[in-house]
Amino acid sequence: MNYEISLMTTMAISVLFALSLNLITGFCGQISLGHAAFLGIGAYLAAMLAKAGVPFLLTLPLAMLLAGAVGTVVGLTSLRVRADFLAITTMGVGFLFVGIIRQREWLGGELGIAGITGSNMSKLGYMLFTVLCAILVMALCIYLRRSWMGRVFNGIAEDEDTMRVLGINVPRYKLAAFAIGTALAGLTGALYAYHFQYIGPDSFGFVESITVLSMVVVGGIGSVAGVTVAAALLSALPAWFQFIGDYKLLVYGSLLFLMIRFVPDGMAGLVRRHLGKRRAEERGK
Amino acid sequence: MSAMASSLSTGPLLEVDRVTVRFGGVLAIDDVSFTVLRGDLLGLIGPNGAGKTTMLRAITGVVQQERGSVRLSGRPLDGMSIERRIRLGMALSQQLVKPFRDISVADNVALAAAYRKTLSPLRALLSLSQSAERRVAGELLERVGIARHAEDNPAVMPLGVLKRLEVARALALQPQLLLLDEPLAGLNSQEAESLATTISDINAQGVTIVLIEHNLREVLRICKNLVVLDNGRKIAEGDPKTVMHLETVRAAYLGSGAGDERRNRQHRGSDDA
Ligand SMILES: Nc1ncnc2c1ncn2[C@@H]1O[C@H](COP(=O)(O)OP(=O)(O)OP(=O)(O)O)[C@@H](O)[C@H]1O
Ligand SMILES: [Mg+2]
Repeated sequence: MNYEISLMTTMAISVLFALSLNLITGFCGQISLGHAAFLGIGAYLAAMLAKAGVPFLLTLPLAMLLAGAVGTVVGLTSLRVRADFLAITTMGVGFLFVGIIRQREWLGGELGIAGITGSNMSKLGYMLFTVLCAILVMALCIYLRRSWMGRVFNGIAEDEDTMRVLGINVPRYKLAAFAIGTALAGLTGALYAYHFQYIGPDSFGFVESITVLSMVVVGGIGSVAGVTVAAALLSALPAWFQFIGDYKLLVYGSLLFLMIRFVPDGMAGLVRRHLGKRRAEERGK
Repeated sequence: MSAMASSLSTGPLLEVDRVTVRFGGVLAIDDVSFTVLRGDLLGLIGPNGAGKTTMLRAITGVVQQERGSVRLSGRPLDGMSIERRIRLGMALSQQLVKPFRDISVADNVALAAAYRKTLSPLRALLSLSQSAERRVAGELLERVGIARHAEDNPAVMPLGVLKRLEVARALALQPQLLLLDEPLAGLNSQEAESLATTISDINAQGVTIVLIEHNLREVLRICKNLVVLDNGRKIAEGDPKTVMHLETVRAAYLGSGAGDERRNRQHRGSDDA
């Protein structure tokens, strides 16, 4: 039972992480290849604060704040660059983060930080808490999608030049997407740190950034339900198939490539098309 | 101080002052000046490649001028972002239509009509209702004559519908200065006449309009003033009848050889595609 509870918690954390990237990449169309850095910022801040005795419920908003602030700065630097260059910039930020962590003894260096405690919850309680967080963030995403912010994000993802001609302040909206998405990644990072009770530089590198991007693409870029299902399933894969652990980059990287090549609208698109066909058949009868 | 304020509100709405735009080696606009008075319906005409579209793009900030200045109500716009200029009361209906293809025709217009709610991301996040915008969209689509396509997907609409969608979207911004780049393209003569009449009505309601159009019949019917460009230069301006009788203007149009005919065929072509 302990195993299932722990797996469930991991899945909820992956869902949160994928939804946070989906907000930036799926809703607003801004690619990020370094999203794990923001997970890491949240995780490291929570770990340090936990060690200093700061209460759990206070570390969560602080982790959001710091990750969101750094995310906004990264967003600022990338406002003037186009999509392909944004990919490189964010990838650079990802490497920079891991590079810094490795160098700093007070951040645990290569060894990482162990013994992170302080949530004061049972395993079951903690699982329920992370699942609740995931549900709240899903609700937020669904709300956001239907608000005028979501409609503007959609327009920016499709054609930002035309949005400008409609009087939309595109840079501000991109920053908003970065701020919200990276803040949620920071929250996820804090939950991650308390769950695994150990963090190290390897947990927040390029592989993790590619993994979460593959979750978003497999689910269907922009689709809240699709991304949730994909993140839950894909995060459980390494637990079900032990060998994946060693070949993560290969597995998730190929998945990413194959999906973009053959099913660019992801599972959500497959389901939509399948339903559409069935409806058409029923109408035909 | 008060004299200045009053001169701002009574002076010309738009001043284009010795503007030059260059694309690499091509001099698209060469030292062009003209003013647009409040309430004017100004036709900006000239043969293909004259620089008309580039002029509107310089006014809205889509392209940057190399020299010269553009002022709206006496206020210099140079260096200002596109979206700020739009928020100052301009709207641009583009020659190349650019509808958002994964939302309906009506939602395209509603997106523009929501300009107050979308002023800042925070306000947009807190605004959910779209009934007011959908209502405005319905009215505007009716006005430009494509209400029956409100729920259709722009991806499958012919050019004539998309051009009118582009106009409706510009109108949804409730501009004081409306810039229209070939709104009648792709329409048959009956549709063109009806939309031209609508444009004239909108002008009569107090919206200042700059209209680029190759359909000279409608231009001469509704425009109050003309500015003629040729090869990036202004070759004439003034009252439409006088302007059209000028030798230079006739020569420019004849020189480009039955330009109207050729364009219509081009548009039909892209219509089918
Ligand atoms: N983005 C661009 N890059 C390079 N050259 C351009 C660009 N846009 C326009 N030009 C050139 O500038 C000149 C003016 O073009 P513009 O589109 O303004 O003409 P126009 O009067 O609108 O013509 P039309 O009636 O065919 O629409 C042309 O020679 C065109 O080739
Ligand atoms: Mg043009």
